[in-house]
Amino acid sequence: MATQTAAARRSAPRFRLPVAASAAVLVGALGLLGVLWQAFGAGWGTEGNVPTFILITLNGLTLAGLYFISASGLTLIFGLLRVTNLAHGALFLLGGYVALTLVQDAGMSWALAALLAMVASGTVGLVMHQLFLRWNQGQDLRQALITIAVSLILADQMLAYFGATPTAIVPPEFLAQPLPLGVYDLSYPTFRLAILGAAIIVGLLFWLVYQRTRVGMVVRAGVDDTQMTSALGVNVQRVFAGAFFVGSALAGLGGVFAGTSLSLAPGQDQAFLVSALVVVIVGGMGSLGGAALGALLLGLVDQYSSAYLPPEYSNLSALLTFVLLAAILAVRPTGLFGKAA
Amino acid sequence: MTAPTRPTTPPMARAWTLGTRGALALLLLVVALVPVLFSTFVTSQVGLTSLWLGIAAVSLTFLSGHGGMVSLAQTSLFGVAGLIAAKLSVEAGWSPVAAALAGILAATAVGLVFGAVASGSQGIYFLIITLAFAQVTYFYFAAVPTFGAHEGINGVRPPEVLGDPVQDPARMYYFLLAVSLVVFFGLRYVARTAFGLALQGVRDDPVRMAALGYNVRLHRTLGFTLAAPVAGAAGVLSAWSNTRMSAGSISLAIAILVLTAAVIGGLNRLEGAWVGALLYTLCDTYLRGWTDRFTTWLGVVFLVIVLVSPGGVVGALGSLGTWIRRRLPGEPPAPAVPATAALPVPVTSKGAL
Repeated sequence: MATQTAAARRSAPRFRLPVAASAAVLVGALGLLGVLWQAFGAGWGTEGNVPTFILITLNGLTLAGLYFISASGLTLIFGLLRVTNLAHGALFLLGGYVALTLVQDAGMSWALAALLAMVASGTVGLVMHQLFLRWNQGQDLRQALITIAVSLILADQMLAYFGATPTAIVPPEFLAQPLPLGVYDLSYPTFRLAILGAAIIVGLLFWLVYQRTRVGMVVRAGVDDTQMTSALGVNVQRVFAGAFFVGSALAGLGGVFAGTSLSLAPGQDQAFLVSALVVVIVGGMGSLGGAALGALLLGLVDQYSSAYLPPEYSNLSALLTFVLLAAILAVRPTGLFGKAA
Repeated sequence: MTAPTRPTTPPMARAWTLGTRGALALLLLVVALVPVLFSTFVTSQVGLTSLWLGIAAVSLTFLSGHGGMVSLAQTSLFGVAGLIAAKLSVEAGWSPVAAALAGILAATAVGLVFGAVASGSQGIYFLIITLAFAQVTYFYFAAVPTFGAHEGINGVRPPEVLGDPVQDPARMYYFLLAVSLVVFFGLRYVARTAFGLALQGVRDDPVRMAALGYNVRLHRTLGFTLAAPVAGAAGVLSAWSNTRMSAGSISLAIAILVLTAAVIGGLNRLEGAWVGALLYTLCDTYLRGWTDRFTTWLGVVFLVIVLVSPGGVVGALGSLGTWIRRRLPGEPPAPAVPATAALPVPVTSKGAL
């Protein structure tokens, strides 16, 4: 009885005002209010700022879609294997370059090129896992260092083969024309909307496989308790290998989308690795929903801050996302939905 | 009872000990005589660069080896100190020494803030939150025109006493060597104080240390703050050696470079930082002429070292020495203590904090 009451006392919620969290929410709300006031303050007409606001919001949303596609692979690998794959950015760029070569030089259709690029990135990731990471399981820092080394090698080799000139992949025919939105005579690149659609499909597929299939069940069991899953007769190493392949392939898919809507250049690997890390960390590593929320936050904050900050501060917009990350980690060291590592 | 006889060392083992000591002494002599033995180019390009890079790397080695904190934010502290010192001495007309002290002080203050924020995380989360700090600092300095944005600040002059670092680097070299020695012995001293031992306890098992009444976050924060002036000093010395500093000097690539140098040298021993920095600088200076794909080779070396010898070059040399000594005739078998510990990853009570 005594132990029970002690336990009850310990678990009884003690009211504590979460100062830091409330401050963060307050600042965020103020920022959003500022954005909305700038957008709608001048009225709803064509003269006002509403059309720009719609375009900027769409930019933010499609950027979020791009972030989500590449971050979902990172979060899958982390959730299951506890590996922080810092070569994710290099695999991302590799996918883009493979698709670029296939479309430009081999004249392949965009969709087929994208598929092959996913396979290429996935295979490179799988080989890295089998050769270097598999026998270092559990040593997370050592694995992170290994992936840093691999990313240095990959990035330099890509610079050698594909050069330093920024290039973009030609989008597929039917997505090349801008799509009229039907409001304020606006139109928007169809391909960027397709990214948003693809991100939603990836998210839905992930969710369906996770919740509704046997594979997803095994993966969830593996996330919760690898040893127990292995003891129940599941070949955990095969599940790990599969997860690494899929995660790396998603990085490649992200690269194909980014290479089509933006462009491919050396240095993009690090830029996108950092964004994907921010997305995953903000949401909590290993959490798919967290990645979606993180991608939305990052995409919108990025676009709104570069558009709506006063001009003298607008060059600080790149800073804001990292301040967001540091603030969230300071309050919740494992991200919004993260479990302890 | 007679006085205990001292065990006589077998001659081969003694020769080996003498040999290694002699080699070490010779190496130190060469290091001390670099400006005399080598050309001005080597002294300034290899000597100065490897010394300041070594000081930057040792701040990471200290954090990682003694505190279990692998930080990518050392370059940002490096940049804070270097850019503030450059700004104050070039544009505000401060004396270089006063500007340097102000820069290092600012870096320490920033280190305290970074350390306090990051101290709640550990392992890979710590690596990534410090990556975020590195990016914040980089973007800040790249965007703010006060610090020259991407152009940086040119024409930084070291104090008159140290001479011209490009034309006549000898005095600058000895100054950097002296700072390196002070930093090395200082950090080694700190590691042996009660605080340093507690920090290592925090590295190995934060939960047990918390149960023993130690304030884990405070120890991590203070450890991080302590490494900040070291990184800051490296930044100032780099600005003095290169006579310039810009946001490009603290980009993510440079942060990874410092990590590479520290890992190649060995994350478990402080001297590894300078060994790694020297190896990197030598490769950077001489290998680039041989191959276009310098970064690939750097990555391959990095990968091999992480896979084969987590203790880096210094750890590998130590293991080699033990291996040879044990095979010398007459040497009693050494106790089975691993010569190089694995990377300091806390394996118990993980993530409970």
